[in-house]
Amino acid sequence: MTDKILKAMTLKGKAAAGRKSPAATYAFVIAAYAVLELFIRTGVMSSHLQGLLVPMVYYAIVAVGLNICVGILGELSLGHAGFMCIGAFGSAVFSLLTDGVLPDGLRFLFAFLVGVALSTLFGFLIGIPVLRLNGDYLAIVTLAFGEIIKNLLNALYLGIDENGLHASLSNQMALGLSPDGKMLINGAMGVTGTPHDANFTISVVVLLIALFFAQNLVHSKHGRAIMAIRDNRIAAESIGINIVRYKMQAFTISAAIAGAAGVLFSHNISTLQATSQNFGYNVSIMILVYVVLGGIGNLRGSVIAASVLYLLPELLRGLNKYRMLIYSIVLIAVMIFNWAPAAITWRENLAAKIRAGRHGRKENA
Amino acid sequence: MKKTSRIISAVMVSAMAVSMLAGCGSSSTGSASSTAASTAAASADTESAAASGATFKIGAIGPLTGGAAAYGNAVCNAAELAAKEINANGGMNGYQVEVKTEDDELDNQKSVNAYNTLKDWGMQMLVGPTTSACSIAVSEYTKDDNMFQITPSGSAVDCVKYDNVFRVCFSDPAQGTASADYIAEHQLASKIGIIYDSSDVYSSGITQNFVTEAQAKGLTIVSQEAFTADNKTDFSVQLQKAKDGGADLVFLPIYYTEASLILQQANTMGYKPTFFGCDGLDGILSVDNFDTSLAEGVMLLTPFAADADDDLTRNFVAAYEKDYGGTPNQFAADSYDAMYAIKAAVEKANITPDMSVSDICEAMKTAMTQITIDGLTSSGMTWQASGEPNKEPKAVIIKNGAYVSAE
Repeated sequence: MTDKILKAMTLKGKAAAGRKSPAATYAFVIAAYAVLELFIRTGVMSSHLQGLLVPMVYYAIVAVGLNICVGILGELSLGHAGFMCIGAFGSAVFSLLTDGVLPDGLRFLFAFLVGVALSTLFGFLIGIPVLRLNGDYLAIVTLAFGEIIKNLLNALYLGIDENGLHASLSNQMALGLSPDGKMLINGAMGVTGTPHDANFTISVVVLLIALFFAQNLVHSKHGRAIMAIRDNRIAAESIGINIVRYKMQAFTISAAIAGAAGVLFSHNISTLQATSQNFGYNVSIMILVYVVLGGIGNLRGSVIAASVLYLLPELLRGLNKYRMLIYSIVLIAVMIFNWAPAAITWRENLAAKIRAGRHGRKENA
Repeated sequence: MKKTSRIISAVMVSAMAVSMLAGCGSSSTGSASSTAASTAAASADTESAAASGATFKIGAIGPLTGGAAAYGNAVCNAAELAAKEINANGGMNGYQVEVKTEDDELDNQKSVNAYNTLKDWGMQMLVGPTTSACSIAVSEYTKDDNMFQITPSGSAVDCVKYDNVFRVCFSDPAQGTASADYIAEHQLASKIGIIYDSSDVYSSGITQNFVTEAQAKGLTIVSQEAFTADNKTDFSVQLQKAKDGGADLVFLPIYYTEASLILQQANTMGYKPTFFGCDGLDGILSVDNFDTSLAEGVMLLTPFAADADDDLTRNFVAAYEKDYGGTPNQFAADSYDAMYAIKAAVEKANITPDMSVSDICEAMKTAMTQITIDGLTSSGMTWQASGEPNKEPKAVIIKNGAYVSAE
């Protein structure tokens, strides 16, 4: 019953969204992958660019994840770097533990599941108290969460020997590890020696899976309920939507996708440290910038924005010191183009003119 | 809709903040030295290109922008300076040398990107990265490519865990142990306070070894207080604990930016212990808006003092000051020595630029263990096959706004 009302309610929205069909998004990602892969195979692509591909894709994945939270659910999260961090560390520790025990492919598959499961769990736990509240509390709590996770992992010493796992929050000596023991997380030095399992193809597959989950959610009964909560909470509640449950669902999926990006992060670079450059709140905000500039609620936009904005400062390397300056100017320019009222009017006028021109031509013909 | 616009405004404000920060990062380092660096690089390139077809291509990586820019610029400038001198004196094994530098912003991933960029340029040997964590990240890739890597200042133990990687500086354990030994030997203090950065590989590495060695030498550690990268502006609590414990020496195994704040805040509190640091403090005299009189009497364990009166140091300091402005620090000296170590090894093994990257690396691995260098940072430096250098630590004290040997 509820869903029927929602379907009717969102019919108009659907017609508008119809221009961006899910299949087109998959096709876009696959086409982009095919072109880039062709460049790699033919040796046209520089090794600098090749090194950028995996990070580019995992930032696109986490942007898709955050878009579910910000765009579909309408709640602001400033802690997605924290979920990435959990996914990264969880999977890296798992990979170290099972290195040599499991065959490579299977090990990465399990590491991936462990990383995603851990970030899902934390997303769920955080959601329980916070998503019951209305207002901007999620932003505040997730911001704090991201920082706590980062600082905790910076202080955590974890090692393993024949007596099992040892953990300490003070220093390496306090672990009392036997001489042939192995350090898993060494405080600020983080995890070293994670196998280099992630590659461009695997990353793109993960991106496609993330998009599949996100798009199916949006176009399902659950997605319509979530969007109804975003648009008008009271109206949604009045037709019997369980607000907390749907909020939890969206937020947990969002955290899980961020965790998946974290797994790729840790398996792409062998040294993993919970530094501010990797998982600080600036990174959370950077991911949010990808989402906003790509268009809130627009999944394909997130992928494009994340890819372009990640590559931009790297491709501007030739400009040396000025590149970060130019990067920030580009950000401001895109923001004005996307969101300033004057720019929106100008774009609409332009679009109207083009449409009118087309019609005119059709009539003439 | 109201919510969406609120989100947008929040994001825009934060994005502005981020971009402003990014802007600050690059503008604050747009100093005379960096412009000088790029022009010098350009002239070095044209000279060598004109001289002959085959050249050695050596890359250097370091943080050229941001908080640790003093290190990266020192490493890159000194590598270029050494290349110019080598070229003027007939090159390495008769071939000219080209040096290209890349920025890594003190970020592991960016450092790997910088490495890949240099590889595209045709780099055959790598001097860098400047800092520990970046150096470890890049060494995974140099190992795969079998490229010879010598890090001037990557001091963490893991930096040289592969046999293609060598270093010029001391390792962190060596620095921590040597500091404790030096303090005990010269009876600088009996009660010691430590302030360190628990989120930093370099700082926590030294601290661990310092504490172990200090206890073995009978020194009392009255306070051991940490801060993290996110919380490094107010040190009053850490200083107060050291003061309450009666520490007459405060050990600062940290980088110079935070140390300058600690010195200012200790001065405000009226707390005047001896401050003792490691090579990370090198550069404290060049911090913007820092009253260098506060650094009077600060001791640091570093293998290089710009005031040393041997010819090598004097010529190096004069040439560096002429080309880049400012007194070179230990990082510059390490990088300069790295270039000359490469030169010696190249000549020892008779390496030519037309060899493949992997062949050069194999030849360098053996040659590095056979050479002896009288460099800026130590005389009679030799290398072990593990990549560790054998050299003597020296202590330096700041007097009248300059680094002076403490002997």
